This record gives sequence, C-alpha cells and structure tokens, in this order.
Amino acid sequence: MLILTCPCCGIRCDETELAPGGEAHLKRFGPGSSDEEFEDYLFMRANPMGVHFERWLHVYGCGKWFHAARNTVTLEVYGTYPAQVHAPPQEIRDMISTRVPGWRWKDDS
Amino acid sequence: MPESVTPLDGATYSGFVTIQDAGLVGMILLRADLGDADVVSALDGAGIEVPGAGALVGGLGNGALWMSPDELMILCAHDEAEATVETLGEALGGLHVLVANVSDSRAVFRLAGEGSAVREVLAKLSPADLRQTALPPGRVRRTRLAQVAAAFWFADDDEAVLICFRSVAGYVLDLLSKAATPGSEVGHF
Amino acid sequence: MSHRLPKGGRLIDRSRPLGFSFNGKELRGYAGDTLASALLGRGQVLMGRSFKYHRPRGVVASGPEEPNALVGLGRDGSFEPNVRATTTELFEGLEARSQNHWPSLEYDVGAIGSLLSRFLPSGFYYKTFLWPRAFWKHVYEPAIRLSAGLGKPPRRRDADHYEHFNITTDILVIGGGISGIVAARAAAETGADVLLVEQASTWGGRAPVDGVRIDGSGADEWTGSAVTSLQSMPNVRMRTRTTAAGIHDHGYVLLHERLTDHAPDHSVPRHRLWKVRAGQIVAATGAMERPLSFAGNDRPGCMLASAVRDYVVNYGVAPGERTVILTNNDDAYRTALTLREAGLGVPAVLDTRQEAAGPLAKAARDAGLSVRPGCGIAGIAGRNRVERVQLCSQDGDGKVIDEIQADCIAMSGGWSPTVHHWCHAAGKLSWNDAEAHFAPDPARPPTGADGMAMMHVAGRASGATGAGAVLESAHAAGVSAGRALGMGRGKKPGRVPEAEDEAHHPMEPVWLVPARAPYSKRAKSWLDFQNDVKVSDVELAAREGYESVEHAKRYTTLGMATDQGKLSNINGLAILSRELGTPVEEVGTTTFRPPYVPVTMGAIAGEARGGLFQPVRKTPIHEWHIASGAHWEPVGHWRRPYAYPMEGESVHEAVKREVQATRSGVGLLDASTLGKIVVKGPDAARFMDMLYTNMMSTLKPGKCRYGLMCSENGFLVDDGVVARLDDDTWLCHTTSGGADRIHASMEEWLQTEWWDWKAYVANVTEQFAQIGVAGPRARDVLNELGPSMDLGGEALPFMAWTDGALGNMPVRVFRISFSGELSFEIAAPAGQGRALWDRLLEAGKPFGITPYGTEALHVMRAEKGFIMIGDETDGTVIPQDLGLHWAISKGKDDFLGKRAQEREHMADPLRWRLVGLETLDGSVLPDGAYAADEGVNANGQRRTQGRVTSTYYSPTLDRGIAMGLVERGPDRMGEILEFPVIDGEPIRARIVSPAFHDPDGEKQNA
Repeated sequence: MLILTCPCCGIRCDETELAPGGEAHLKRFGPGSSDEEFEDYLFMRANPMGVHFERWLHVYGCGKWFHAARNTVTLEVYGTYPAQVHAPPQEIRDMISTRVPGWRWKDDS
Repeated sequence: MPESVTPLDGATYSGFVTIQDAGLVGMILLRADLGDADVVSALDGAGIEVPGAGALVGGLGNGALWMSPDELMILCAHDEAEATVETLGEALGGLHVLVANVSDSRAVFRLAGEGSAVREVLAKLSPADLRQTALPPGRVRRTRLAQVAAAFWFADDDEAVLICFRSVAGYVLDLLSKAATPGSEVGHF
Repeated sequence: MSHRLPKGGRLIDRSRPLGFSFNGKELRGYAGDTLASALLGRGQVLMGRSFKYHRPRGVVASGPEEPNALVGLGRDGSFEPNVRATTTELFEGLEARSQNHWPSLEYDVGAIGSLLSRFLPSGFYYKTFLWPRAFWKHVYEPAIRLSAGLGKPPRRRDADHYEHFNITTDILVIGGGISGIVAARAAAETGADVLLVEQASTWGGRAPVDGVRIDGSGADEWTGSAVTSLQSMPNVRMRTRTTAAGIHDHGYVLLHERLTDHAPDHSVPRHRLWKVRAGQIVAATGAMERPLSFAGNDRPGCMLASAVRDYVVNYGVAPGERTVILTNNDDAYRTALTLREAGLGVPAVLDTRQEAAGPLAKAARDAGLSVRPGCGIAGIAGRNRVERVQLCSQDGDGKVIDEIQADCIAMSGGWSPTVHHWCHAAGKLSWNDAEAHFAPDPARPPTGADGMAMMHVAGRASGATGAGAVLESAHAAGVSAGRALGMGRGKKPGRVPEAEDEAHHPMEPVWLVPARAPYSKRAKSWLDFQNDVKVSDVELAAREGYESVEHAKRYTTLGMATDQGKLSNINGLAILSRELGTPVEEVGTTTFRPPYVPVTMGAIAGEARGGLFQPVRKTPIHEWHIASGAHWEPVGHWRRPYAYPMEGESVHEAVKREVQATRSGVGLLDASTLGKIVVKGPDAARFMDMLYTNMMSTLKPGKCRYGLMCSENGFLVDDGVVARLDDDTWLCHTTSGGADRIHASMEEWLQTEWWDWKAYVANVTEQFAQIGVAGPRARDVLNELGPSMDLGGEALPFMAWTDGALGNMPVRVFRISFSGELSFEIAAPAGQGRALWDRLLEAGKPFGITPYGTEALHVMRAEKGFIMIGDETDGTVIPQDLGLHWAISKGKDDFLGKRAQEREHMADPLRWRLVGLETLDGSVLPDGAYAADEGVNANGQRRTQGRVTSTYYSPTLDRGIAMGLVERGPDRMGEILEFPVIDGEPIRARIVSPAFHDPDGEKQNA
C-alpha cells in the first residue's frame, strides 16, 4: 500500500484514495508527428527497477493530478509535486541524487 | 413551484451514533484560482471569506468549504442558492470562473454521538486519519467512504457533517447505519 | 493417556465448566481452555488426519503454529473449516469435527494412502502428467479428488457480519508478551501514539510458563501491573485477540481482531479487519520451538516440549502419563522439571548433545531424573499414539539400545525467532550459528516511504535469548521506534525492567535423529506434518535437481498451506543444505508471505456484502420505478428500468407495448443518468474542439449538436449531444456509464497537458433530473403544463434548447431525440425531479402517456440506425467504421484521436464497417453472431467477415432488425451473409442501410 502526500491539498493519502496514471513527463505528439514519435508517445513506457516518475490522481480527494518520484524497488518516495511541469523540479532531482548517487534526470545526460 | 425533496427524505438512524438527513442545503460550486488576489477580493466583496487549504469557514447554511486549489463549495440556504449564484456571477464578472448551483447534487448527513463515537463510525468506512489532532473542527476531509466519494468535517467534537453524491445517499445511509449498530463500538479513539 | 490434573492451570477457571462436543461426543472443559487443552483434558490426543496420507495426528503445539489439530468448527451458517484447536477458545456449546477422514477419525479408509506412500513421492502430482493421458482422467483425478482438500467448505451463507476499521498510529507494537509490553512502554514514553496488539486473550506471552522473574516479581504479577500502568497512559491503545496478519508497504498493516469467536453473538461483528497506517512498527513476536526429525515423530503424543509445558502450566492438563524428553538444548529441561513437579512421569531426558552440563540439566538430575546425553530416538511403537520409545545413540545409525514405555514425547530442536512479519515487508535475515536460526538483520530492515527503517524487533523475535537480554532489546526497540519519528529526543529513556539471564549450556544443532539414520528411518521422519513432507522427500527433491529453496518448496509442498514456514522451515532447509553440501545461510529461506495466520473471507469483505456489496446509484425517480414494478438493468452502478411489465405481461411484451405506445402516442423516459458536464472559460471553445471530433466552437448559443469523443488512440469512447449555453459555456451530455470517466478525462487534459488554457469543467450530472418525452403527442403533453416558453417547431426547432418554466417548475428543455420521434428532454433540479415526473404523467394521461425503459429506448434507436456506445463500439472501433465521417471535422488541425486515425490500418479499406442486417426469414439474429466467410484462417478456423453488434425484434416493423460491422459492408448493399448458429441451419441476412425506420427524420423534426 503506497502512501503518498498530495502536493495540491497536503493530504497524506493511501493508494485507495488515489488512481494511478502511469509514467510522468510524456510529451504529446499529435497530427504532423512521425509514426515513430506517435508510437513512442502512445505505447512505449519506461518500466525501470529503481528511480521512476509517475502520475497519480487524488481521485477520492481534491481531484488533482500530481507526480511522484519514487523507487520501484525500495518503494522510497523522493517527493511529490504538481503535474504542471515538463520535468521534475530541481529539489526533487537533488533529493534523488542524494539518495541514489550517480543518478541523473534522463534529459541531463 | 413544488417543494424540493432531499434524497434522504428525512431518514434517520439511531445507533451508537445518530444519523440524520440534514435537510435542504444550498451548495454552490465555484471554480476559480483561489490564489488570485482579484478572485479573493471579489469574493470578499460578495461576503465570502476564502478558507485556507483543507479548511472551512462557517457551516451549513452559511459558509465555504475548500475543495481544491481552484474549487470552493459555498454553503447557503437552499432557497437562496439561485440568487447567490447571480450575486457571485456579478461580483466575479470579468474573471475566469465557473459558478454553478449544485444544491440538489448531494446528500447531507448530520452524525452525532458521545465522545469519539462519530470518529469511530467514520473510521470503519474511510481511510482518512480521524485522530482529533489530524481532523479537528474546522478542517474538511474529502475522502472515500467504502466505495464512494464523500467529504466530512466536525462541527464540534462529537458532531460531524457528511456530504456525498445524491445517487448514493441510500448506500451511504446503509453504510453509516451498519457501522453505528449498537454493540459494534470499537473504543479506540 | 492425557488427562486433567487435579490442580493447576493459570488460565482456566475450574468453577466454570463448559460443555462442548467433538465428533458428536459431549465433553466438558473449563472457561479459559482452548479446544486443544479441553480435548487433551478428556484424553483425546488424536485430533485429525494428515492431508496426503491421512495418517492419524495429534496436537503438536499450543499456538498458531499448530499443523495437525485443524477442525471444522460450528455448523450451518456458522461453520468454519481448518480452525486451529490450539487457538480456539472454548465456549459453552462449541461443536467441533475432525477433518480428512472417512468414515471416522479412528478408522479411516483413506489411510491406505500411507501404505502406498512410496508411490506418492515428492512432486507426484507433476509426475502424473508424464504418464499416459488416460491415466490422469480415469485414475489420478478421481483418486486425488477423493482424498485431497483440507477440510470442507461451508455450505450455508455466513450468519455473522464483519467490519473494517482504519486507523493511523505513530507506532504499532505487535505481540503482548513481556517484550511487547516493555517496547510499548518505551515507545509511549517518547510521546508517540502507540497501539499494542496481542493475538491471545491474555497478556504476558510465555514468560509466566517459563518462570521468568522481572524486577523481583513473577512474570504474571509483573505483567498485571505493567499492563495496568500502560492502560493509564493516554497515548497507548491495547487490543487482545488481535493478530497482525500482514505487514505491507509504507507501514500499512492488517490486523485481524476476533471479537466473538470466544463467545458467539450474531448481533455484533464477529471479526474486525484493522487497516493500520503505522509510522513505525515494533515486532515483539517471540520465537517458535522447532520439532526434531526422527522416525515416527508424527505419532500422536509427539509434541513440542514448550507446548507440553504450556498445557500443564496454563491449563492443568497432562499431555501424557509418562513423557520422554528429546532435546538438543537446555530449555526442554524446564518441561521435564514442570512435569516432575506436577507429579507426572518423566522416564528419561534424552539429550542429543554429548554433554548436558547446564544448571537446568543439573536441576533435573537433582530432581532424580534420568538424563541420557548423546542419546536419540530410533523409533516409536504404537499405532494411534505413542506407546514405547526405542532409544539409540545419536551418533549412530539407529541401533536400538533400550526401549522405554511412554505415551508422550516432548521434543525440542531449539528456537527460531518469529521473523514472518519482518520478512513480509522485505526485511532481511542473518544466520546465527550458535542458536542455529535465522534472525532479523537490523542492518537490513524493512524500509518505509522515507527510505529509512520502519520496523524494529524486540525480545526473542530479535534472536535475543535470556530474559535480561530480551527486555533490554525490547526497550531499545521501543525507544528507537519513537526516535525514528523524531520523538523523545533529548528525553532520558525510562528504566529497563530487570530480569536475570540464566546460565545455560549451548545448544547443538541436530537436523536428523540419529545422525546416520538409514533411508527407512528418514522416510518416516516428518519435516512438515501438515503437508506430509518427510526428510526423504526433501532429499529426493535435491537429487532431482531442485536446488533452489523456492523450487524445492513447491516440489515437495514443504511449508505450504497454513504452515507458511512456521514449524517446518529450518529443519527442511537444513536437510536441503546437507544434501546440496551448501551452508544453510546460503540456501536461504523461502518467502514468508502474508497472512501470518489465515484471515476469514468475511473479515476481508467487511461491510461489502448483501445490499452493501456495491453501491447502487438511484435517480430522483427511483422510488416510482420500484412502485411501478420496473424490471431492472444495471448501467454502471446505476439501476435503470429495463421495462415496466404490467400484470400478466412478459418483459418482452412490455418492451413491445412501450415502443408502440411511444411511436403512436407518447412515451416517458427517466434519462437522469445521462452525464451532464459544463465546460466554461475563454479557452472553452478551443478545448471543446480538442475533445470532440466535431467542430463545437461554431455551435450557436441556444443550439445543440451531436458529438463524438475519441481516445488518443483514435477509438470512439463516448457520444452525446452538446448544447452551447452562452458565449463561453457548453453543456456536454455523455452516456450514462461515461459521465465520470469523461469528466475525469477532461480534468486530466486540462491539468496535465493544457494547463495554461483557461477553461473550467464541472460535473453537474446529479444536479438535474432529466426526463424524455417522446412521440407524436409529446408537445401536446408539455403544453398541458402551461409552459412559459414557446415549444412550437419554429421557436424551438429540432436540436435547440430553451430555459423556462413548466407547471411553475424551472426547467431547461432540449429538443433532441434518440428515438427518432418528436422528443423533448426536460431537465429540472433533482429535488424536483419526482414532482416533474408525476406532473408529466398526469398531463399525459389524456394522450395515453407510457413510461418506457432502456430496452424500448434501445429498440427505437436501433430502428433509426443510431449507434450505442458499448454495442457498436468495443474499444477498437473508430467513428469512420460507423459511417460517422460527417461528425469528424476536416477543418481542425488537431483533436484527440486525429493523429491515430491517420495510421495506416485505420484507413484500411478492409475494415469492418457498420451496416443494417435484415434476416430473410424475419427472425432475430443472435447477439454477437459472426458472419462466416470462405476458407480458413492460419489456425484452421473458419474465416469471418463481420459480426452482429445490436439485434432486436422491432415492434414497428414486426421483424428482426440488426446492426453489424461487416468487411467493406457499405459497399455490399443487398448481399446476403450467413450467420452460423450453435443448433440448426445458419441464419441468412441481407446487408441493408441501418436506418430501418423513418430514414429521412420527418418524425423527429415535426
């Protein structure tokens, strides 16, 4: 049972008050995109052992989507943050770097 | 105009907690950026104080519940709801908002019992942290009650108000009644 | 013979005898007894038969690790199988039956299995699959079905009820022995909220039985005052009869509280499942004694030494007259001394160690007991219970050196910490050579959401031995738990209660008695009593290549079912390790999975049964539907009237009548379940154009437009009529089942993709009752109610809406039609919905107004060729398949699904597309029927070229009509397709236009 803090209303809620939304920080591809770009956007998802960024909906609560940075192996939660960003905020990245030495955000490599 | 009926139509249950239909309640949904100073001052002009995150001001008949960073539920008398929608519409004119009378969308319950009895009944159905320190009077908790969405707050230490959608009023009444059946007191809080 | 002692028994009340029955025999015990102690007290040692071989089995343990004494408890609506007699508190009228035997416990025909046991080796189940197929059907399956299964399932509905309880606590302490009590106190002293739970009905654990003294008092006395003082702390909560079933992620713990099992009462919940969110967890779960592996160790009368002691001290019951002790450690000497003190015979203490030099061994010798070091057991004589014990040298191969008359064997192979809870949440173990056990490794604890330790172990669960060390560790665990939450910092921890650590002689691991036992003995040395796994079975598994402990477990069934590694684990691992030549710590353990002990299904279901199984959503008009005898259809969680059969009328006849009445006069439909979502804002137009395939931004205020919504995958997901309320406000109607989903999807796009767009959405579905009035006389009915607005065809044409009053009620009227008739949908505040319905019924009386249900609605829409989400769509259908090109804007750069619909296979001319299907004989096609094609596919199956998506009897046309998706369908008008059916000739149907009735829409435009 994951317990995450909703950054939009501050409630510490367990999984039964949330709905999962899969991988976070995907870029939408619409008309004009190549078949490969569109396939990536629609179907290809990261499924890492370790640091992962996910979308969650506080469905039985404030109704807001938020992002969670967590570890899929240890279940450690590095932080949650509102969904209106294209990449994890710096303080979340810093937190992960402290906990997982050598980790880098994918776009920074 | 015929008189409006509540979904519970006056239903009550008396167990170790008393469950009552709270009657007709005026409720107005307001979607607006609650962090926007113009919105806050326009609301202030309309006599509405914006509660902080997770809080409420006032109560049934006259108050406001914080629902999310861009949503308030304004409480008023049922028969004043349409007029209040008008007033708000005027007060917030020109701002990006959505105001809707949702007074008939929901069922409202009053729960009363000795000591922590109400907290116990709610804890049988909701995963929320119901410790007095986590949910004192003045705080609102939107959560899950068994399989449906609900919100509740404590009007004082031994009385709470609970709101759910109209269509599941019967389900929620049955849930609460079962949870409040005499003999099933937990004695935890 | 086991029997009740004349005195003693710290947990029983001899002044309160209780009657109970076992296999129909009336027996008596005392308040405070368990079922097992009461049975032993009446001389009943034989309590069950084993699972595989149906061997006679007696009670082995005194707690939740009991493998044999599983009974069927109660009867009818209160029957429960596989209940442990050792944890079942006795009550007046308790009824128990033993399991796994026929015709009786004493004479079991199935026990022939034990003679055949050499034909049922490890993995026999898997091996049978290698034999000729016919054997499986005719030989194995009937035989296995006859003997397999643990207990019998209940036949009646459960008469009890159950509930859940959710709490959040700072610290949860599991186990109410002396360690748990000390840990809870230390944790509470940091200021944290503490919940302390104990599985039994009493506090103190086994310390009182072991004669532990704390702060100069006996353990019972100390526990009494410690519990009283804990109870007085405002931040401490305590529960007995509450077992921690499982530790899950992020400190989520399930507790199983048994409220009335000891005193049945159907008026209150029987069990309560606690869902605890704990900041920190302390496991004070104690330790379990291990059996020893020797030939015949499963004979009734062979018990754990600690259990023998428990029965004497706690219940005043002697498991036997003459008990032989077999041990590899000092603790079992306590049992010898206890028995001696109770005046019972202890003919010998067999110590497998070469030396028995500890103070307890000395005390035993001083008491006159015969202590025989270096000695083991070669075999047991006796059929349904131990009669004689054959002694041998532990070093040898089992040569009998002596024989002793005895009816009980108290065995002790050492103690293993109860690590289940630690392991549930991925805590790691380390091997302790001195004690020959796995203990929690504090360096690798279960971690919580913050990545830090969320669990601590206290007392014997940590591997500590000796009362003093146990209390030290418990206190430290409580303090650490508090500190981990940032509490009690700078506070001086309270005092640790003092207890003496008794000196003892080190234990010596013994995995087989005697050490060089030959195969014949190993094949009778049980490791897992419940699953009938012997030493020889594990050896065979290892020889056959099952080197991984997880594989060996599944192959042999060692530690499966309710055992979950409680009794069998270490002994099995050690045998495997010996066979593989790998140290035990490298062999590792199998996975300890929740639940620690079985949790009843009732407790898991909680309140969700009967009428509360699922929420039922009701419209404001629901009560009228009930009163009018509606036949229901579930639509999502809603219940909608399918039809309203009248007295003596079938459902089918009702549907026919409702359709005909609507087409010829006027019908009334409760459409309140339709989704209603408001979209508003400066960017609402832009947003609407993204959501719908149509151009919604060009819709004029006051008008309506039918629209389609697709997923980003291009597939059609919902449809409905959109009304533009004003310049920046739209009202979207969705399907009944789609309202919440579509509202959620709108929020998702606005919050996570277009968060800079100024648009708000609100789901107002439940604010309004919506009532459809359809049929040629619809306008007449509305006019009866004195509308404040003009409802004429010019003022309010088809696909327009207006606000106004109807019979003094504020309403919004939409001129939209799903039936193809002149039709108005009237929305009113839900609180007035019923009043509106009643008034329309009254006003419609002169016109023969007829309420109709969802089936008439579906028939009428199918007669018109209108699609239905979920019938014509199944998540793989795009609007183009349904001939809805006209609703897909070509002028928009983008909308949800547009890019996907450009993919190659979406534009494939061979896609199945919507057509009408008209049977040649007028019959009704079966729903979902496939149209056969020539040839076969790659799997040798007949090819298909289409399928039926909607099919009805049309009362209007008096014949079967259907819609279906057919390969190149619209290009093949007039062709005949064949639909094979299960019985009989294929049904032949012609491809036609799906608009069967009034194709030009003259009626709805009237």
